Amino acid sequence: MTRNRHLQVFLLIAVIIATQLATMLTDTQHYLTQLTMSGYYALVIIGLCLLIGYAGQISLGHAGFFAIGGYTSAFLTTYDLSPVRDKAFIVLLSRMGLLVSTEDLYGGQVLHLHPWAAFLIAIICTIIIAYAVGGPVLKLKGHYLAMATLGFGTIVYKVVLGTEGLGAADGISDVPGFTLLPGSEVSGKLSQRITNYYIAWGLVIFGMVLLLNLVHSRVGRALRSIHGAEDAANAMGINTGRYKLNMFVISAVFAAIGGVFLTHYNGGIGPSEASIMKSVRYVAIVAVGGMANLWGALVMGSVLNFLSLRGYFGSYDDAVFGVILIIIMLFTPEGLLRRDLFSDIREVFGTGKDRGERA
Amino acid sequence: MKVAKWAVLFLAMTLMAVSPVLAKEAIKIGAILAVTGPAAFLGAPEAKTLEMLVAEINKKGGIKGDKIELIIKDSGASPEKAISFAKQLIEEDKVFAIIGPSTSGETMKIKSTAEEGKTILLSCAAAEVIVNPVAKYVFKTPQKDSYAVIKIFEEMKKMGISKIGVLSSNTGFGKAGKEQIEKLAPEHGITILVNEVYDKAASDLTAEVTKLKAANVEALLNWSIEPAQSIVIKNARQIGLTVPIFQSHGFGNIEYVKAAGAAAEGVIFPAGRLLVADTLPKSNPQKAVLIKYKKDYETKYKEDASTFGGHAYDAFMILAKAIETAGTDREKVRDAIENLKGFIGTGGVFNFSAQDHNGLDINSFEMLTVKNGKFALLPEPATPKKK
Amino acid sequence: MNIELFLQYLVAGVTYGTIYAIVAIGFNIIYNTTGIINFAQGEFVMLGGMTAVTLHAFLPLPAAILSAVIITMIVGAMIEITFIRWLASPSVLRMIIITIGISILLREIALHVWGAGVKALPYFTGTAVSSISIGDVHISPQVLWVVGVSSVMVICLNLFFSYTQPGRKMRACSTNRTAARLCGINTKNMVTLSFVLSAGIGALAGCVVSPITYIQYDGGTALAIKGFTVAILGGLGNSMAAVAAGLILGILESFSIWVMPTAFKDVISISILLLILFVRPSGLFGSKEAAQLKEF
Repeated sequence: MTRNRHLQVFLLIAVIIATQLATMLTDTQHYLTQLTMSGYYALVIIGLCLLIGYAGQISLGHAGFFAIGGYTSAFLTTYDLSPVRDKAFIVLLSRMGLLVSTEDLYGGQVLHLHPWAAFLIAIICTIIIAYAVGGPVLKLKGHYLAMATLGFGTIVYKVVLGTEGLGAADGISDVPGFTLLPGSEVSGKLSQRITNYYIAWGLVIFGMVLLLNLVHSRVGRALRSIHGAEDAANAMGINTGRYKLNMFVISAVFAAIGGVFLTHYNGGIGPSEASIMKSVRYVAIVAVGGMANLWGALVMGSVLNFLSLRGYFGSYDDAVFGVILIIIMLFTPEGLLRRDLFSDIREVFGTGKDRGERA
Repeated sequence: MKVAKWAVLFLAMTLMAVSPVLAKEAIKIGAILAVTGPAAFLGAPEAKTLEMLVAEINKKGGIKGDKIELIIKDSGASPEKAISFAKQLIEEDKVFAIIGPSTSGETMKIKSTAEEGKTILLSCAAAEVIVNPVAKYVFKTPQKDSYAVIKIFEEMKKMGISKIGVLSSNTGFGKAGKEQIEKLAPEHGITILVNEVYDKAASDLTAEVTKLKAANVEALLNWSIEPAQSIVIKNARQIGLTVPIFQSHGFGNIEYVKAAGAAAEGVIFPAGRLLVADTLPKSNPQKAVLIKYKKDYETKYKEDASTFGGHAYDAFMILAKAIETAGTDREKVRDAIENLKGFIGTGGVFNFSAQDHNGLDINSFEMLTVKNGKFALLPEPATPKKK
Repeated sequence: MNIELFLQYLVAGVTYGTIYAIVAIGFNIIYNTTGIINFAQGEFVMLGGMTAVTLHAFLPLPAAILSAVIITMIVGAMIEITFIRWLASPSVLRMIIITIGISILLREIALHVWGAGVKALPYFTGTAVSSISIGDVHISPQVLWVVGVSSVMVICLNLFFSYTQPGRKMRACSTNRTAARLCGINTKNMVTLSFVLSAGIGALAGCVVSPITYIQYDGGTALAIKGFTVAILGGLGNSMAAVAAGLILGILESFSIWVMPTAFKDVISISILLLILFVRPSGLFGSKEAAQLKEF
């Protein structure tokens, strides 16, 4: 089992490197732009897959966490501190080396928080919000859970849309690059294209390894028991509530990391990233990937987002995802790429009363 | 209609496939437009206009013998898609220039990409920040919001109005207008008593206008581009708010007048002259251009032409004109646009310069009103109303 | 705030509230017989309004509305038969996702059929500017139409569920589906009937409110979220409570404008919803015990 898992991860790494080499050899390096973007979306989706597929909790508000990460980081790295540079607190920050000054498009100087600091703040914010929201929300089931997460997503969307400091409907533009190490920064600059491809997919590999280990550990077994029969799991002494909450927070953090990095890569973020349609799209992709199948979620997450970002769906972008949702749920509620064809199929989806899918 | 669009796309694709055979390579022009999604009322007419113009020019043999190849990308008003498409068009399709995006938020996101890729960007979005400060390769064709606001304030002054209530929607359009209103009101001696932002999908705004009525405003100024702008005027009249109502240039869509019915009568708003093309005096330099565009568009698509489609018309024609004078060297074309003077478009007469990448002045707006369910020029001088 | 203003806000609130309630009732009917929430309910409202506007071009208003309601009912039946009927006890998660998919699909179809433009039926009586004035309070006649139609609808539904054979069968399904089936009730037909009924109610709502709110291809979603909020606020499945909850929310929203920026109006109403969900998931008027017995 473990060896199998290592093999899969090595295969993933090989595919990622092979893809880059292939684009280099065929002179189609421009594909890397969309591949990088879909890498970050894939990060959101594998996190959501953990929540929906393994912990059995639906979230129709994950775009909200993506936006919290992205917007926090975007706001903190674009908010010009130069007018208040003499305030004691700012001086303190400056002494700690937390401030950087970047040049904007028109040659002006913007003094702002260091992206690393902004990143950490964004993640901490996400964790706090996820715990605060997840605590009460995850006590709900079925429609109530769906509605509560949908409500959370809507609130984030409306707040982002209604707050002038966050650019209201225009969103935040001119977000500077995120210098991870000297010489490699997360930004849309042409010279950084290959570096960014590897940063994005490096994060995905890291995330996959983390999640794969998680679902194959004791926690993973506990999760599956929650999914199968929560009451029984409770009776066995598994603190289901705590597990669910932790999974919720982990998946929220994955979404937020995707949000932060993609915002720096794109150089901006808009309210559409927080919209309900985005959340629904993430759920759709998890469903196609096979619900409790991290590899399926990863493959579908990168392929579908890549196609969408390349504009292959044209004016039918949303319609495509609607159709995918319906067809998958009608015919193969276990998803196209099943975790295991021979066992657990029924358990993968549903609450136990889901015997005999078709009448 | 959709079929027609696909047909055009298909045609464009076949053209692309055959073009190498046709000896000379076509000039590729990219367009990032919100054809669907929340800003479809902007993107859809823009896309149709471009398709129409390209077909027309290619039928005539192209610009100085060079055919045009148009690549339209539907961004659905999502900035992340606009970014992806902009990079795709610049790096991969190596387009000569990009027309669009339709919204200000998207334009601001791809501004730096266009600069880095040294690709001309002709935005169809209104916000002032797009060209102020000026970026080398970025231009825009819609009139500045500030001109619309100034026009309205001047009209208010003539009518003896100084205390107003402002409503705007939570979209990029509403936001840009609200900012200008707040900025310019003090200079013009206008006091804003109530300033509210409502949701773009609002279904009834009675409570908002009641608030205005309670504050005893002398005029209502609404800034939005969604159906809500008809709802506002209806609700205002229903609750007996009889003060003059001013709208933004977003009101320049006859559908909204039809929807508001009797409530739309007497609404005052600034707009490009396209809406009143037929009633313009013969001496107006824009008349011929406006009537031609209107007629072509309306015969082809069987729907009313809007000023938004006009923005795409201007963008394309400016580009075509510059290519005609400067050839197919991108830098030279950019310079040609920057030096373009006296170009007559649907939005007004464009006079570009190194400092002004919009090229329109305040006279590009005309004050209009609604009379018997139709747009008409506001009679001069406006009759001062006593409240 | 003087008394006239107070009443004017109240009238505005009642208008919002009735619109929300009328959508919430549609949710409840399907929920009662099937135990599922139909996320596409808002699209029924949109479809009804759109069809009526299209038909009104060559039919008189009442005929156009009637045909639109019937057409939407047929669409409702078709949706149920195609997507839901043949699924044997699907899980809640699956049903949520399917109905979301249906709602996206209907919306996209509407976009490609009717375009993105805004449509509206004419005012049933009077024009866009006419209003009935009581002192300084003004009410649009259309608001009276909305309130009137909703009241008649609620009364008719109650009569239908209490005194007619199909109505009673549907109630039996809502209480206990298995037992109902054992009693010889064709539960599958009852589910189809519930879709037809709620599609019809949604369509009628769409027609009545369209002069006030207008109809656009994506207008259903906003209405659905509000309707859903109201349905849960009142207690899922309880139509009378939905009316009360709708009015409460509508009036609350209307008065909230008086004291704070409108931009966050929806944030407030959804926060209230979340609070209710956390504290009293059975809704304002639902009983806790009954809620626990329901299947989710």
